[in-house]
Amino acid sequence: MKASNSLWKEQLSAKMPESLAREIDIFETEVALRKQGKLDERLFAETRLRRGIYGQRYDNGQRHDGRKVQEIAYPSGKLTKGPNTMWDAPGMQRIKIPGGGLNAEQLETLADLAEEYSDGIAHVTTRQDFQLHYVHIDDTPTLMRRLAAANITTREACGNSVRNVTACPYAGVCPDEVFDVTPYSRALSRFLLGHPDCQNFGRKFKPAFSGCSQHACGLTNLHDLGLIAVKRSENGKEMRGFEMYVGGGLGAVPYQAKLFDPFVPPEELLPLAQAIARVFARHGEKKNRNRARIKFLIQDWGIEKFKEVVLEERKNLPPDPRWTDYLKDAEQFQEAPLRPGGEWPSWASEAFERWLRTNTRPQKQACYVVVTVALPLGDITANQLRSMADIVRRFTKETVRTTVEQNFVIRWVSQSDLPELYNALQFVGLGEPGAGTIIDIVTCPGTDTCKLGISSSRGLAAELRKRLAEKSFQFEEPVENLHIKISGCFNSCGQHHVADLGFYGVSRKIAGYAVPHFQVVLGGEWEHNGGSYGLPVAAIPSKNIPEVVARLTDRYAANRSSGESFKDFVKRIGKAELKAVLENLARPPADPSDRSFFSDWGDPREYTLGDLGTGECAGEVVSAIDFNLAAAEREVFEAQVAWENGRVEQAGKTAYQSMLHAAKALVKVEFPNISDDPDQVVSEFRTRYYDTQKFFDPFAGGKFANYLFDAHQKSKEPYTIDSSRYLIDEAQLFIDAAHSCNNRMGTPASI
Amino acid sequence: MELQHVNVKLLVKNPQEVDLEPLIPVFHGWIQDQVCEELLLDVADYRHVYAGPGVVLIGHECNYSVDNTDNRLGVRYNRKAVLDGSNQDRLKQAVRAALTACQRLEAEPRLEGRLHFNGQEIEVFINDRLVTLNRDATREAVRPDFQMFFQKLFRGSEYSLSYGSDPRSLFAVCVKASQTFSVADLLENLTS
Repeated sequence: MKASNSLWKEQLSAKMPESLAREIDIFETEVALRKQGKLDERLFAETRLRRGIYGQRYDNGQRHDGRKVQEIAYPSGKLTKGPNTMWDAPGMQRIKIPGGGLNAEQLETLADLAEEYSDGIAHVTTRQDFQLHYVHIDDTPTLMRRLAAANITTREACGNSVRNVTACPYAGVCPDEVFDVTPYSRALSRFLLGHPDCQNFGRKFKPAFSGCSQHACGLTNLHDLGLIAVKRSENGKEMRGFEMYVGGGLGAVPYQAKLFDPFVPPEELLPLAQAIARVFARHGEKKNRNRARIKFLIQDWGIEKFKEVVLEERKNLPPDPRWTDYLKDAEQFQEAPLRPGGEWPSWASEAFERWLRTNTRPQKQACYVVVTVALPLGDITANQLRSMADIVRRFTKETVRTTVEQNFVIRWVSQSDLPELYNALQFVGLGEPGAGTIIDIVTCPGTDTCKLGISSSRGLAAELRKRLAEKSFQFEEPVENLHIKISGCFNSCGQHHVADLGFYGVSRKIAGYAVPHFQVVLGGEWEHNGGSYGLPVAAIPSKNIPEVVARLTDRYAANRSSGESFKDFVKRIGKAELKAVLENLARPPADPSDRSFFSDWGDPREYTLGDLGTGECAGEVVSAIDFNLAAAEREVFEAQVAWENGRVEQAGKTAYQSMLHAAKALVKVEFPNISDDPDQVVSEFRTRYYDTQKFFDPFAGGKFANYLFDAHQKSKEPYTIDSSRYLIDEAQLFIDAAHSCNNRMGTPASI
Repeated sequence: MELQHVNVKLLVKNPQEVDLEPLIPVFHGWIQDQVCEELLLDVADYRHVYAGPGVVLIGHECNYSVDNTDNRLGVRYNRKAVLDGSNQDRLKQAVRAALTACQRLEAEPRLEGRLHFNGQEIEVFINDRLVTLNRDATREAVRPDFQMFFQKLFRGSEYSLSYGSDPRSLFAVCVKASQTFSVADLLENLTS
């Protein structure tokens, strides 16, 4: 805890908005009450989450050090900040940046906080937020005060609340946008922050804005509430409005958002969002958090009923002046440049040319460009943040935003300033080319700091980035423009579903030992606001993933048709053939003494998800359960191929069968005479693995088992294109969970 | 002026020859054996960041790192927890911790003898802006403490102090001795 914590409150009292100051005082009191044992740990956990204070890996007081599980002897002993979360354990502070918009002072504040309370690094997330890691809970009230003094809040950055309202970072300057969504996204963000109707959700709620439907920048398809700018003519007058989408989301099973209304006029934007929030709070699932996102409510009701209930709720809302107060200035809103627009640089070095090609894009305002500052793995140092502040002051009116690709964009740069700006960025290590290309890999924190991480997404991203950067001069443009996105687990924080090459962490057992793997997800679409989601092709050991990337990109470069996107290429070649290309990479290492497969990228500790299997590395010995789970995995892949070929019914049935087979594989360990009767398989699975919680994921609980129970219950119903698609994802996750369960059980090879 | 959260960085010789990758298993080993006085928790790898914190061994009371901030590679001790005692006590504690870590790294076979203190340059930061703003007044206020401490550390040998000029930066001083010292020499000077 910082020595100066008690002094900051007085120091900043005149600088903090009163509402934020009051909020932080309340939180500080709650911290004190919790330390005195006067506030329940569950209540405290939710209250800190709603202030953006998240747990981090090993905060349960245990850490596998590569040899054994170490109990971590924190000085505060058994004091907790939530169930099974030790008080002194370092945590993560998420900081909301609506629409990613920042000014220079805010950059400097973030720099100071990264240095004083974290490890000198600020991390940009895939939702335009910042995260600071390794923060002590005792420092958080002061940290929040310093943010509040810079007009930044952490309120509702985590927890069951309205999360950061994201928006296209090119809003206002993109040549293809319908209109600038910035004032609307800011108004919605202000309106929903702390709104009483948003305090009783069963899960989080994520809004996003986009200025157009064709680009990716807003990713509205994968949000709970997505808003795309549209215009229409009424009586000869051009009217602004929004296509409103609801119920999108990634997570374990990704859902495409459904169109709620093709044209919501601006004056209805806030009240409709409020009505949706009320309906979600009232009717959304509360007990089973695995089905508590609004997408499940919409799936259960259907979009028509959902819309009907929301519109009914809308009628009952008491009028609120905030719904329209902001509108009088919204149409006039525009940022301005600092320097006069100039000519495109006439001379350039090879390096500068390359940077210009990948890191700049024209604005709709002539003679100005947007410059992308690519951050490796979304990380930036305190000194670089201060340099960014200097640079945006020098060249612009502090028009800088974060992006969902974990970068910065500097807007309103005069073309003639580009050489000078490039030099300034280069001087502080922020002038790397390759923004938005294959080397600009998006990744969640993964096993580095996330409690849910299964594999090292950042370790893999760093390795891929290094290897691809070495080859980047050789890439043809179609390969260079591919997107790689990595999540450390099935929860999709790295947005792997909308990548050309997506990866998410899973574990598998090889020769009795847990081995970090990644599922390879192909066929996602980044454009069109995350237009379609990829599906898993194969689970490959982490250490083989660079070879996966090399083979797939080589194949694409060699066999693509003219102008063919990677998504279309995958569709044309077929996943079965691409899977065959990767087949031998999924196998265990030929040399059993090669231990490199048993640790993850950037982490030399022997990999574990808990207790390792105890057997010696046994070469080719494979247990029956491994064979059976592999068979289930083959089936789910067949289901995927069937779905892609339009055989929806067969896809659904095969996916369901694959779950049954995986369940049976586990049941067979305890009950070798289990029959093929689905009712018996499900019943035995429930008794032996669900009721005993043996199948429970350490964090997701019984979520994946419920996928089986639901599928079994609905197995007589016809499958639709959506339901079979969801079932394929659920089946893959169920099988992944069966592998994890098998790892935890340490099943002997003889079974 | 009370100096809390003292950071000490010992600049290394031939920084271009130091490969940070082997540090990762080394630091994991320190956690396995809990070799330091402080509680050691985790390792953070920031090698991908330009002029960044390098590889950081995260602890509860402190962090250890081989840090490349400002493109000056050094073994850094970052005291996070408050310490009782005088400013001399706190400077001594941080310098000793940095020296001990450096000594351990110099002897670490996995680093192949490539990491060595350059014998002359030590940076001291105070990681708390409110108490120690990077201003002339702070320099004046802490000068007697620094003089007393470095007189002892360098056994009366001459040294120079230089300060960073950006008022936004942490209060920092770079101390350069006129002659070279080994880590063992400096540790001995601290205890004598």
